[in-house]
Amino acid sequence: MARVLINLPARAKRGQVIEIKTLIAHPMETGYRLDGKGAAIRRDIIKRFVCTYNGEEIFQAELFPAIAANPFIAFCTVATESGELVFSWTDDPGQTQTETRHIAVE
Amino acid sequence: MHPTRRWIVLATASAAFSRFALPADATQATMEEAIRALVGETEPQRGKVKLELPSIVENGNTVPLTVSVDSPMTEADHVVSIHIFDQKNPQPYVAAFKLGPRAGRAQVSTRIRLADSQQVMAIAQLADGSFWSDSADVIVTLAACTEL
Amino acid sequence: MKRLRSVALALIAVFITAAELQPEARRSGYDFASPETRAMQDDDTANPGMLWVGQGETLWAKKAGAADKACADCHGDAQTSMKGVAARYPAFDAALRRPIDLEQRINRCRAERQKAEPLAWESAELLALTAFVAYQSRGMPIAVEDKPELRGARDLGAELFHRREGQLNLSCSQCHNENWGKRLAGNVIPQAHPTGYPLYRLEWQSLGSLQRRLRNCMTGVRAEPYEYGAPETVSLELYLMKRARGMPIETPAVRP
Repeated sequence: MARVLINLPARAKRGQVIEIKTLIAHPMETGYRLDGKGAAIRRDIIKRFVCTYNGEEIFQAELFPAIAANPFIAFCTVATESGELVFSWTDDPGQTQTETRHIAVE
Repeated sequence: MHPTRRWIVLATASAAFSRFALPADATQATMEEAIRALVGETEPQRGKVKLELPSIVENGNTVPLTVSVDSPMTEADHVVSIHIFDQKNPQPYVAAFKLGPRAGRAQVSTRIRLADSQQVMAIAQLADGSFWSDSADVIVTLAACTEL
Repeated sequence: MKRLRSVALALIAVFITAAELQPEARRSGYDFASPETRAMQDDDTANPGMLWVGQGETLWAKKAGAADKACADCHGDAQTSMKGVAARYPAFDAALRRPIDLEQRINRCRAERQKAEPLAWESAELLALTAFVAYQSRGMPIAVEDKPELRGARDLGAELFHRREGQLNLSCSQCHNENWGKRLAGNVIPQAHPTGYPLYRLEWQSLGSLQRRLRNCMTGVRAEPYEYGAPETVSLELYLMKRARGMPIETPAVRP
């Protein structure tokens, strides 16, 4: 389980646009680096990031090796109702890590 | 600096750089092909999109990038996706973001890698099928005192 | 002969102090970083170093070793018990009769109190714990002690700082006392104050220790770097912290 930092307001007004900031610990190995013997180190990156809000997808990112290590992604969404935001990161081998946060919307 | 010393520093700096397997044909053409694959026959128009990158970068490993699109983000008029392309990295794709009316504001920030001084391009697709773009030229310098 | 020697030493001392930074002229590496890099450090919600601080917080509470003890079992809440600790390191260890740095202190606790294997240099766990402990001193002035027992190590550190080394035949002092503020390969040369360690270096794409950075510097001038934990390394750390005394801790800093 990679270390994650997610930042969003705990509460918001209905209709307010909020900014969500996410950071995940991951080397984002490009596949272009060479090891000491001259062989290419195999690519291993987070290739997709998805955020859902009470089950509905509100943001998706397709990532490539040009995204820096420990990927930082900040995006916006409208606070529509109280509930759950689910964040998932999927890597090249297909493993997904999921984190959940709650928001109270009045 | 003494000329010989300068040569040594530059030579070792470029030796450090050659540890990366860059294909010889990472050129403007590849970025254009990638953009063509996205927009088809349409020509992206300049405007609405704002791509923010530092003009001189301290370290190409981590370059903060913010892209925003001037859009009301309503059901009728919103940004569907934003695509980022680069000119001189080993491949032209940087990221593709899917938005929608629930975004509220079409603005995404991330951190990218740039292998060399180059142009970065952002193309936004709107709900009406139109494409809008912005580009930024970035100077990338090598870090001093790397680990060889 | 003795008089000649003391005159020579006095002259060297004058020569060295001529190149030293005046206390009021000292500036953190933060001041030499680009606005974007500074912004990354300033925002705890976007500072990649905070990933390690968070990991350290988890490890602090985790039981380890044959003694099945967590750091928290002896030290309680780090926010209180570790406040000011990083600001005083490297510190004199009475049992070993030499200075040790924070990483070595953590590993000594692991070996003696937790009866656990020491954590490897630059390992994710050691970096996380060191970052978490140092974070508790953020904002506090560096305050390494002035004990007479530390004098020898400090003098060795001073000597190493001023000694030319490597194929490029450069001393730390030449860049960091005499040429700070000028550019070297696209970066501005800082004054080399270790105010923010362990820090997230963009070049490493990871958090790393002061010892790692010193090794990079030595490789940079094409000198054979000292081993992790070598007496030279810790002496140099001690000298650098003494030179930076009074400057606030910034851990986890972000630097190019």
